[in-house]
Amino acid sequence: MLSLEAAVEKARQYVGLVGPAVSMTVERTTIRRFAESIGDPNPLYYDEEFARATRWGGIIAPPTFLCLLLPPLPAPEIDFGTVKLNGGSVFESFRPVRPGDVIIGQAEYADVQAKQGKGGGMLIFQGRTRYTDGDGHLVAIGTGTGIQK
Amino acid sequence: MSVATEQGAAGRPEAIVPPRTLEPTTVAVGDRLPALIKQPTTRQLVMFAGASGDFYEIHYDNAVAVESGLPGVIVHGYLKMAWLGELVSAWAGPDAFVQRVEVSYRGTDVPGDAYRLEGQVTGVSPGDGVTTVELEIWGEGPTGAKTTIGTAAVQLPAAGGR
Repeated sequence: MLSLEAAVEKARQYVGLVGPAVSMTVERTTIRRFAESIGDPNPLYYDEEFARATRWGGIIAPPTFLCLLLPPLPAPEIDFGTVKLNGGSVFESFRPVRPGDVIIGQAEYADVQAKQGKGGGMLIFQGRTRYTDGDGHLVAIGTGTGIQK
Repeated sequence: MSVATEQGAAGRPEAIVPPRTLEPTTVAVGDRLPALIKQPTTRQLVMFAGASGDFYEIHYDNAVAVESGLPGVIVHGYLKMAWLGELVSAWAGPDAFVQRVEVSYRGTDVPGDAYRLEGQVTGVSPGDGVTTVELEIWGEGPTGAKTTIGTAAVQLPAAGGR
């Protein structure tokens, strides 16, 4: 197993690496299924008539909907620690997602830091996915934190 | 009846109150959001796996979960994040726009245990046509331990205007 210093040095070589872009066309059914799976009864996600009377003029997707589009990111194999944990995520949205939208997601290996915790050293990775629409406008950014220790 | 129940469990949950959008002038720092209580089942985890495309077995295959050192299948982190999104959007109303949901995971949660989502207003910033409300949000299991903590930002359109 690598030392923390050697592990973070190796991991840093991957920072800036960008995975392949993937795209999806958002459908009403995809939105409905996502809302159903959360158990969210909000008519904004199901009921066209209700949604038309809102500011949006039609159905939109729930706030973190685009987490279902996870573009691949080649994960570096770093020989360090025994556990990999999901530390958390941030979802920033710039406009609602609607049926008919073509969304392109592309992930980047954004950052790695070494940290000394109580139980020893750990590597903290950040992956960032940018979601754009067919016109190239930014729709959302998802950032995930992974911990290896 | 059993068929209807089955469909109800898998289909659209019932909306009890027609949602209204909050008036920004009625929101103040310290306001608590109405708690949202979820009763996750393995069935729901399977539905979320299908809807989100996260097919990691620890969320529906008990044997794999136990082999991985977990007490059994566990709730997806992204499902807990989505519940926090629901907490905020249900409170703010249909014309509100949830700009940001940020979560950290501090523990695992299992189906069969009720999960309670809560939030509190930490900031209100009136702007041009929209008011941005900052929130502290969290989720806790039956012991009261906060296994998910985070923040959110939601934009409310100005009163009277759309």
